[in-house]
Formats: sequence, structure tokens, C-alpha cells
Amino acid sequence: MTTNATEATQNLPSSHFYVREHHPEQGTLLGFWLYLMSDCLLFAGLFATYAVLSNSYAGGPSGADIFDLPLVALNTSFLLLSSITYGFAMLQMQLKRVNGTLLWLAVTGLLGAAFIGLELYEFAHLLSEGYGPQRSAFLTAFFALVGTHGLHVSFGIIWLIVLMVQVKRFGLNAENGRRLMCLSMFWHFLDVVWIGVFTFVYLMGVL
Amino acid sequence: MQDKTDLTSLIFGRLSLESIPYHEPILVVTFAIAALAGLGLLGFITYKQFWGTLWHDWITSIDHKKIGIMYIILAFVMLLRGFSDALMMRAQQAMAFAGSEGFLPPEHYDQLFTVHGVIMIFFVAMPMIVGIMNFVVPLQLGTRDVAFPFLNNFSFWMTAAGAGLTMVSLFVGEFGKTGWLAFPPLSGIQGSPGVGVDYYIWSLQIAGVGTLLSGINFMVTIIKNRAPGMTLMKMPIFTWTALCTNILIVAAFPILTVVLAMLSMDRMLDTHFFTNDMGGNMMMYVNLIWIWGHPEVYILILPAFGVFSEVVATFSGKRLFGYTSMVYATIVITVLSYLVWLHHFFTMGAGASVNAFFGITTMIISIPTGAKLFNWLFTMYRGRIRFELPMMWTVSFMVTFTIGGMTGVLLAVPPADFVLHNSLFLVAHFHNVIIGGVLFGMFAAINYWFPKAFGYKLDDYWGKWSFWLWTIGFYAAFMPLYVLGLMGVTRRMNHFDDSSLQIWFVIAAIGALMILGGIVASIIQFVVSYRRRDELRDHTGDIWDGRTLEWSTSSPPPQYNFAFTPVVYDNDSWTDMKKHGYERPRDGFLPIHMPKNTAAGFVLAMLSAACGFGLVWHMWPLVGVSFVALIGGFIIHTFNYNRDYHIPAEDVTRIENERSQQLDRYA
Repeated sequence: MTTNATEATQNLPSSHFYVREHHPEQGTLLGFWLYLMSDCLLFAGLFATYAVLSNSYAGGPSGADIFDLPLVALNTSFLLLSSITYGFAMLQMQLKRVNGTLLWLAVTGLLGAAFIGLELYEFAHLLSEGYGPQRSAFLTAFFALVGTHGLHVSFGIIWLIVLMVQVKRFGLNAENGRRLMCLSMFWHFLDVVWIGVFTFVYLMGVL
Repeated sequence: MQDKTDLTSLIFGRLSLESIPYHEPILVVTFAIAALAGLGLLGFITYKQFWGTLWHDWITSIDHKKIGIMYIILAFVMLLRGFSDALMMRAQQAMAFAGSEGFLPPEHYDQLFTVHGVIMIFFVAMPMIVGIMNFVVPLQLGTRDVAFPFLNNFSFWMTAAGAGLTMVSLFVGEFGKTGWLAFPPLSGIQGSPGVGVDYYIWSLQIAGVGTLLSGINFMVTIIKNRAPGMTLMKMPIFTWTALCTNILIVAAFPILTVVLAMLSMDRMLDTHFFTNDMGGNMMMYVNLIWIWGHPEVYILILPAFGVFSEVVATFSGKRLFGYTSMVYATIVITVLSYLVWLHHFFTMGAGASVNAFFGITTMIISIPTGAKLFNWLFTMYRGRIRFELPMMWTVSFMVTFTIGGMTGVLLAVPPADFVLHNSLFLVAHFHNVIIGGVLFGMFAAINYWFPKAFGYKLDDYWGKWSFWLWTIGFYAAFMPLYVLGLMGVTRRMNHFDDSSLQIWFVIAAIGALMILGGIVASIIQFVVSYRRRDELRDHTGDIWDGRTLEWSTSSPPPQYNFAFTPVVYDNDSWTDMKKHGYERPRDGFLPIHMPKNTAAGFVLAMLSAACGFGLVWHMWPLVGVSFVALIGGFIIHTFNYNRDYHIPAEDVTRIENERSQQLDRYA
């Protein structure tokens, strides 16, 4: 079966079996993408939990009683807008403009902070009404899902600030470019997750 | 006075002197022995002045081969702990009959079966397979390291930190008494108010981060770092199983993370995921943890299948029979492993149709597994079989695992499961597949690749003692449990009334003692092999007439693995190279680009362990400080852009010339 191949390779020089210089492909972006997929499963676990517990009010409030849709709509627009501004930062990065990149990153960070601020306001309001995560399984699942997303955004903001310092200090070198790409994927991923939260938790909650 | 108590409880949380179990003689003696052994080891390291070597060449090393070896050492140390627990349980059950309560009170016994399961799965089997993958996969791929070498070191130290936290629970506080999966409501704050379940949660969370990151690392390594010419269908079969295992890790461990996080919120924040009241749903815990738990058993067994495939082909002197079907069988098992989780709780009220679905999917898994067994058999058929130790473990596996598989198919039938669930039949079944599959596979792997890692073969005589004691001991220890299970004896019992059962437990205890003999023999095997290393030395780098790329480099391989990247044309690429007159390059070496060692992984993992310890004991200042330090440490680490260096061409030339001289001398 392999005789043809055997004859074909018979008289080749030994160097046929190795290369002197070989550079493996860069794997950071693929690795980060895989991390995001594992994070996606983490959210899948939380979404599934929310699906199971979303009607377990235990005599407490339902979604329709406590969700403030205009507030959440504003919040959602902050986050969606921040994805666009991150895109502008990436465009500036490709033009190798450090200041433009930093400017759009700052705008993105501020929009993210505004999102977190409004979310904290919503949580504080619910807690003050006595609707904390201890009130019912529904609220437990709600706080866990929305809170985990909020924690991710908060870590994203810390990361963004660190990256801004690094871009300022070390310029837009290959490594920083890669890091900006990773954060970009992270940021857009959180946006996608939020669209799920907005739809399944808030919109379907007030139906 | 009041203020002082407040301050103490602020700093120490729930930890007080009463948490130290100095009133339990077994634990005090264990502690004394562990402390003496630990001091002895530290003294030895100081006396031999190994601290520098230990720090520079091992702890901070990001060389995948060294990390692999450290994983395996960790697994061996934890095996001793996990096996001591097993021996105590066997002794307890052999003597606690007819009024005798044995020597272990229930609260201690319950911790034993919990910690035994947790340690054996998370801190023996997992580090063992990750260690073997670490050592072997980059060599088989013909690459110089994994895709993310720093992350690899960090993963190892996170696993070690989790193992350390579990070990600390022995002497400070207690471990869970809930069984290895800690089902609520028993593991809830009312069922288990102590720190045991918290130790369980945080050691698994910390180790889980390490496992997940190493899963991502290996997937990227296998996808991106293959030698030129190595298409996916030319990859060695062990690397294929490693790929599938790491896909399973990345797809399963996040679920464990999330479900344990929910359990800890229930315990710490008084939330209601799994509580009895306020709308909680404890069946959700059982579902979620088994959605992780079932893929987990395939995470463990697939690399073992890969090892057997390599060993069978090498020691039969033949190409593996049915390479393609082997690959597809592995992929099918990977997918199916997600569709069977409910068979772990047929009796918990899912209903006949759901049970039927999961029973059938479970039985279907035996088809690709059976295909693999036939492939191994047909590889052996008309081969020139050499019964070296790895091959002996493989043959023993094929017999033992088939028995375990058959009892598994039996348990997959829901009506049969209603009779056998929660019995010793189940205990016998999963030990049958995990010992007979994973552990035998790892022993085959260690005997097979040890010469590659250290440059000399393992001693045959003691290896055979270890092999026979393990094999016979396994059957003596677990076949009686099948019998008892069929009689209806349930698992996790502290003592029994019916003394007609005792004889079976005595036989099982004798089996456990034989396994102890097997473990001792394998330790002797390492010591004897080390002392006879000059006689057992392998100068060729290809001691078994191997078929894949790891055997093309020296034993032990140089730090950079391959001076020049190999080019692959065939599945068994090294056999192909040998057949077609491959000659080692002897000149023209170039500088080699390598990553630098770093202490960051070790430091960050130790901070995580401190944070975990604080969370267990509610020491909030410690939690706060270590968490901030952890985040700060990561940020500082990202400011280090200077992470690699070049091994100068002269050094490469010198190392390769030594190897050339060695090969010429022994040619």
C-alpha cells in the first residue's frame, strides 16, 4: 500500500525530514477565544439556573414587579455604545495612533463605568426595598446572573485601564496590539451576553 | 475584653484552637509522621544545598517536561494520602461487625470516604494525566514547548495549591462529610455548618482554575504547534486523545466552577439556589454537577486509551490497527460523554422516558469503546509482541477494563440500576474502570516514558512485583464488593449488623493490603532504578524502537526538545524517518528562541491558596489582602514584556555534539 510513497521518499536527502528554521503560529488569540467559550459555558450554567428558578418567587416579587425597563434600556444603550467606541479604538490602533486609541479606550471605559454605576444603583434600590438575593430563589438567580456579568464588566474596566497605561508607556507594539485584540473580544463578548440577559431576564420578565 | 474578642474573630474568623484536632490520636500520629517527614525532607534539601536548584530549575521552571514531572510527583504524593484513607476504610469495614464499632467514629469515617474520592479524582488521576500530557504532547508534536509556557507553570501551582488546601484540612479543621460530590441539602449550611464543605469548595475552585487553563493551553498547543506536515490525521493517537480530553476539560470545568460558586453563595450569603425553602431546587445541583462529572470520567480515561494505543503499537512492532476508526471512536466518546449525565441518578424521579433516553445513550458509548478494544487486539494479532512492563499493564487493562465496562452497561439499564444504585456494586464498578483503566494506563505510561524523561529504564524485577500485586490485589479488593453489592449492601456504611457479610470485607481488606504491596513495590522500583541507573542507561534515545517523534530526540531531551523542527510525512513519523535513512543533523545549528523562567505562577498560586484558606475560615482581612495582592500581582506580571531569550548557537552545538559523540560511541 505504501510502496509508492516509499519509493518516492527513498532517495531524498536526510534534511527532507527537518527544517532549520521554524516559527510556530501565534496562538494567543485562539487561546483567548477558547477562554471566552469556557466563560460562555459559565454563563450558560447561570442562564440555565435562571431558567429553572425564574418562577420560584417564594411569595416575593416577580420580574414584572421590580424591573425598571427604561433604566435597563438606558443601561443597555451604554453598553452597546461602548462596543462601538471600542471598535473606534481598534481602528485608531490599526492606524498606529496612540492618542486616538487612548481617547476611544477612555470613552469606552467611561461608558462601561456608567453601565456599572446604573447597575449598582438598580441593585441598591432592590436591596433597600428588601428584595435582595436572599428573598427568593428567583432573586438569587437574578442577582447571580446579572451580578456575574457586572463583575466581568468591572474586571474589563480594570484591564482597560491597565492597558491604557501600557499603551501610553510602551506604545502600540505587537504585544499591546494582541492584548487590545483580546480585550476587544472580551468586551464584545460581554455585550453579546448582555443582549441575552436583557432579552431573557428583563424583557421576558415583564411580559 | 469585648474588643479583644472582636478583633480575634475579625482576624481569625471561625478558626480557633478547638479547630486543631489534637484530641484525635490517629490524626496526631499522622501529623507527627507528616511533620517529621517534612522536616526530614527540608533538612535533606538544605544539607544537599538543593534550594537553589529547586527554585531555579523546578519551581519557577516553565519547561513543559519539568512541569509534567512535577505533576506526576504531586500525583504520587497524593496517591499515598488517598490510599491511606482507602486502607483505613477497608480496615474499618472488615472489623466493624456484630456490635463492634470499629476504630473510626462516623464523623471521621464520613470525612475519609469524602476526601478519598476527592483526592483520588482531582489530585491523583487529574495531575497524573495532565502530567503525562505535559511531558509527552509537545514532544510528539515536534515542538519546543506548549503554546503558553507561563500559564502552564501557573496551572501546575494552582493544582498544587488546591491539593495543599485539602491536605491542610486534615490538621486544621475538618473536610466535608458529604461524599465526593457534596450534594445539597446535606452540603448546605444547615446540613454541614462546619468548614469541611468550604475546604472542599475552595480547594476544587483553585485547582479547577489550573485545570481549565491547562485545557486551553493544550488545545492551542495541539492546534497551532504541530510540526510541519503533521495534519490532524497524522497526529499520534495519544495526542489525539489529549486533544479530545482538553476539549472536554474546557467544555466541562466551567460548569463545576459555576455550580460550586452557587453552593458557596448558598452557604455564605444565605441565597437559595439549592435550599429546601424559598424556591430553591436541589435537583439542579445534582444535574449541574453531573453535567461536569460525567465528562470528567472521560477526561480521565481518554488519555489512558491513548497511552495503550501507543504502547500496543510499539510493543507489537506494528502500525496501530484502525488508526482512523480509533480517532473517530475517540471523537464519538467525546460527544456522547455529554449526553449521559442523568444515568448517575436514574432513581431520582426523572421518569421512565427520560431514563430510557439516558440509558440508551449510555449503552451506545460502549460501541466506540468496544471498537477501540478490537483495534488493540488486532494490532497485537500477528505482531511481534514484547512483554515489557508497559505491555503487561496494557494487557491487564484490556481484561480488567472489559469487566468494568460490562458491569457499567449493566448499571446503564434503568430497572437494574434501581436495584443496584448506591450499592457496593456501583463502588466496585467505578473502581474497576478507574483503577483498571486510568491507573493501569498511567502505570503503563510511566514505565513507557520514564526512560525518555530520565535517560534510564525502570527496573523490571520490582516493576513486575508492582504489576502482579496491583492486578491480583485489585481483583481481591473489588470482586467481593460486586458480590456484596448484588446482595444489596449499600455504600458508605460505617458498621454492619449481619456478620455473614464479614468474610467478603475481610477478603477485600486483604486485596487492599496487596495493593499496598504494589505501591511499595513501585516505590522500591523507583529507588532501585535510580541506584542501578548506569546499568539501565539508554544511550540511543529510542529504547523501545518507538514510532513517534518523542523517540527521535535524546533521553532526556534537551531543554529545547528538537534542535531542528522535524517534518512529518506519515502517522508513525519516527518509524518512517528510521526506515528512510534519516540522519541526525550534525552542524549548522542556530540560536533557539525560548521563554524565560518566572516566579509569577508560584507566587500567584500561593496567594490564591491564602485567599482560599481565608474564605474557608471567614478570615476577611486575609481574604481582602490576598485578593488585592492577587489582582495586583497579575497586573505587575503584565508589565513584564521581557519574557524570552535565545539559547546561543554555540550552546546548541555543544549539546548536540555531545549527543553525536554518545551515539557514535554506542552505535
